[in-house]
Amino acid sequence: MSVIDSDGLLEVRGLRTVFDTRAGRVCAVDGVDVSVRRGECLGVVGESGSGKSVTFASVMGLIKAPGHIDAGDICFDGQNLRQLSVKQMRAIRGRDIAMTMQDALTALNPALTVGEQLAEMMIAHDQSLPRNKRERRRLVEQKSVDILQLVGIPSAKSRLQQYPHEFSGGMRQRIMIAISLASHPRLLIADEPTTALDVTIQAQVLELISDLRAKLGMSVVLITHDLGVVSEHCDRVMVMYAGQVVEEGPTESVIRNPQHPYTRGLLGSIPRISKRGEPIQPIDGQVPDLIDLPAQCRFYSRCQQRSDACLKYIQMTTLSQDRKVRCVLAEETAHD
Amino acid sequence: MSLTRVIERLLQLIPVLLGVSLIVFIMMAFTPGDPVDIMIGDQNVSAEQEAAMRRDLGLDRPIHERYVIFLGNAVQGDFGQSFYHRRPVSEVIVERLPATIELTLVALLIALFTSIPLGVIAAIKKNSWIDRSATVFSLLGVSLPGFWFGILLLMVFAVHFNLLPVSGRISYSNQVEPITHFLLIDTLLRGRLDAFWEALKHILLPAITLGLPMTAILTRVTRTSMLEVLRQDYVTFAEAKGLSRRKVMFRHALKNALIPTVSVAAIETGSLLGGNMIVETVFGWPGLGRLVVESIFVRNYPLVQAAVLFYAVTYVMLNFTADILYTKLNPRVKL
Ligand SMILES: Nc1ncnc2c1ncn2[C@@H]1O[C@H](COP(=O)(O)OP(=O)(O)OP(=O)(O)O)[C@@H](O)[C@H]1O
Ligand SMILES: [Mg+2]
Repeated sequence: MSVIDSDGLLEVRGLRTVFDTRAGRVCAVDGVDVSVRRGECLGVVGESGSGKSVTFASVMGLIKAPGHIDAGDICFDGQNLRQLSVKQMRAIRGRDIAMTMQDALTALNPALTVGEQLAEMMIAHDQSLPRNKRERRRLVEQKSVDILQLVGIPSAKSRLQQYPHEFSGGMRQRIMIAISLASHPRLLIADEPTTALDVTIQAQVLELISDLRAKLGMSVVLITHDLGVVSEHCDRVMVMYAGQVVEEGPTESVIRNPQHPYTRGLLGSIPRISKRGEPIQPIDGQVPDLIDLPAQCRFYSRCQQRSDACLKYIQMTTLSQDRKVRCVLAEETAHD
Repeated sequence: MSLTRVIERLLQLIPVLLGVSLIVFIMMAFTPGDPVDIMIGDQNVSAEQEAAMRRDLGLDRPIHERYVIFLGNAVQGDFGQSFYHRRPVSEVIVERLPATIELTLVALLIALFTSIPLGVIAAIKKNSWIDRSATVFSLLGVSLPGFWFGILLLMVFAVHFNLLPVSGRISYSNQVEPITHFLLIDTLLRGRLDAFWEALKHILLPAITLGLPMTAILTRVTRTSMLEVLRQDYVTFAEAKGLSRRKVMFRHALKNALIPTVSVAAIETGSLLGGNMIVETVFGWPGLGRLVVESIFVRNYPLVQAAVLFYAVTYVMLNFTADILYTKLNPRVKL
């Protein structure tokens, strides 16, 4: 076990989350460590299916049958969340750790107004609200208006009575962020907050999250496919592949000097980041089937630099204090 | 709901009613058996008397003329005289209606109050023994013939255990002065708890029998839609917000899951009307359904005509109600 970082707000160690499907046991997250420090923004990248959402749904305690957390510790602010009762966990969810869902179009309840969906979040977590119903309603409404204005929804007051379908995609994304922020969480997990949005709105939403992070002093986990977004907004980045973390470190360092062939591949396949003149090369091949994976490098079949040394379980290698990578090539250099 | 939409719906009723009345008219006219023959029975009646009776009932004219006369009168709200009762058909129907409406409503309530909890529990505890029993129940419920199930209930609860009455709405000694004509309400309004209890015992078996297929269908619909809703992101998001399980289940899941249940219930209430004829006959329930069955046997054309038209109007109205409910519950849909 590694030493727990005192700056750490969230420390996940050896998380393993599995889904028992008809075809067999899908090991969606396998031995993942995550640390998020106070006030920082951690970027999480990786291809579709690499286990980003499942990792953080596990943190939230939202894995439903046929899935369950098989192993690992999830420590939030010194508390092991896996040892909490359902009720204790519910109190943390939303209040201390909030999450925005990957798809804002489906994450808001179509049958409830935006105001109702905001209010219930506040009422569930804010004990300081007055008991008197009318006073409470007034105060909650005031707070709702404030937070909608904060995320940039114009004429917020009149829009509280509207239903989600009356808003555009970008607005719904903001509303979801507003709901998540309503009880001032210490950690916001933003699962692809911009994927469904067009470029200008993408930039606005990300700017918004960064602003709020600075203003409210919260930590943010930003899950995304887009390394460009990471380089702009994240202090550190974690690259996931087939249920494992393959590389981790300060954003600058990882992007300038990627160590894992997969990270290099990702960087290569992103036009904005690749150096001028270099051809863009998408990574060939596909993510392996997560059922019954052999104990070898998971990127093996797609790696340009594979060798027989890759056919064993690959440890995470610590390169420098903050920099880790899961690759035999790095193991060699580290041992030299 | 706009006014034009309402008017549109009402206009749609016209061809439906014309079609229905024509079909019933033709079917009644071509079914073997003749009302006058039935009325005469074994009595000795001269040919002139018989012809007079026929003229009296308007049966001496050719069928197309009879249809046109019927339509002309019906437009003015006159559905003719019941051959059998010798009174206006509408009067006879209105008399029988409360019993039928009361039975239908109780059946509807029983269906809603059993199917919704059952469907929800079956969905939440998917693949548990409750879920499996609910599935078997639904299958039986839609496939058992109503009269068979009714007779079975009668044999068990009325005949064998002697717990519940065999037929009728209430015993003669317990009749109360009508106010609303719904016995369950009138007995309460009159403060006659004993009579209320008796009326309740009378209505129980027929209402269960009548409501069974609907209960079965609604259980299925609720289970399916609840399962669908529980998979939705907004339910996960509601959980991510740290809401209580009760809030997640009722406010977020059930509210959406009931949209299909409620509209199917409104439509299925129309088929309860059809079920009424069988159930009322089996349980000797003095409602419209039994009246129609009896009237068919004696070829009481005007009554059958009017009753069928009434069914058609109610059916269309219920569909209309289903649409309205659907919009009310589902803010995404605008009519
Ligand atoms: N309910 C489930 N049943 C079976 N397998 C599941 C389930 N949920 C997730 N998985 C599997 O877990 C793996 C990781 O999924 P996850 O949603 O975490 O990917 P992701 O990295 O978030 O991808 P994306 O970028 O597309 O959101 C996938 O291979 C998926 O098939
Ligand atoms: Mg995801």
